[in-house]
Amino acid sequence: MVNYRASQLDRTFAALVDPTRRAILARLEQEETASVSDLARPFVIKLPAVMKHLDVLDDAGLITRAKRGRTVTVHLRPEPIREAADWLGRYERFWSRRLDRLASYAESKEAEARRKKR
Amino acid sequence: MRTLTLVRRIKARPSIVFEALTTPEGIAGWWGPDAGPVLFAKTDVRVGGCFRVRFRMLDGSEHESAGEYLEVEKPRRLVMSWQWTAGGEPYEAGNLSRLAFELEPIDSGTELTLTHTQLKTEASRISHEQGWAGAIDKLVQRFSYASADHHEQT
Repeated sequence: MVNYRASQLDRTFAALVDPTRRAILARLEQEETASVSDLARPFVIKLPAVMKHLDVLDDAGLITRAKRGRTVTVHLRPEPIREAADWLGRYERFWSRRLDRLASYAESKEAEARRKKR
Repeated sequence: MRTLTLVRRIKARPSIVFEALTTPEGIAGWWGPDAGPVLFAKTDVRVGGCFRVRFRMLDGSEHESAGEYLEVEKPRRLVMSWQWTAGGEPYEAGNLSRLAFELEPIDSGTELTLTHTQLKTEASRISHEQGWAGAIDKLVQRFSYASADHHEQT
């Protein structure tokens, strides 16, 4: 069983709770890199509010920011979200493997029962 | 609260699948997620009866789960409470979930539907309270595909 880092997962899921932050991540997933003002443009909220969302994403390790001259560019760090996706899928993988084993076991028992009948 | 539903078509009649799910010999034949052995299996298949299964994985780790049978309708339906009592996922220790197996007879054998609900982990609690689960599904899906590609490459 995979050992997930619970604190990172908690931070990732907490960051994903907010629709504005999800929209920012979805955009970064398309473009990889964007300036803060580009990111803020589609939203009705003001730039300082966007900055606060970026702080949360940065603290959660989902983005990195770099200052170049007067512009701040934002980059996506996809690893924690992949880990979160992986976490959500873990029970499915776990049970999927077991049901495969259950199916082949039951099928061998069925074949055995049919052989005995003959 | 997350629910997992999986459907499998099995080329065996429901009574044989039911036995595989409920008898110690049956459980020993498949319960572990890899080829590691089932170390013991105890079942008391009646409503209120308990089960306890311990298995070792190929990596040497041992895991044990236990629970109580909540509904028993041989050979069509089996519902049990389920939790890790040793090993398993460390932060899920003590969390009770619910496991249901429905066995539908079909021409080729059995259609089995597994439903695992009430996964009361911290993250699923947050997801339930804050309601992000549906909303981020698409986002997470894209990342998990990316992740699958990534794993194939490595």
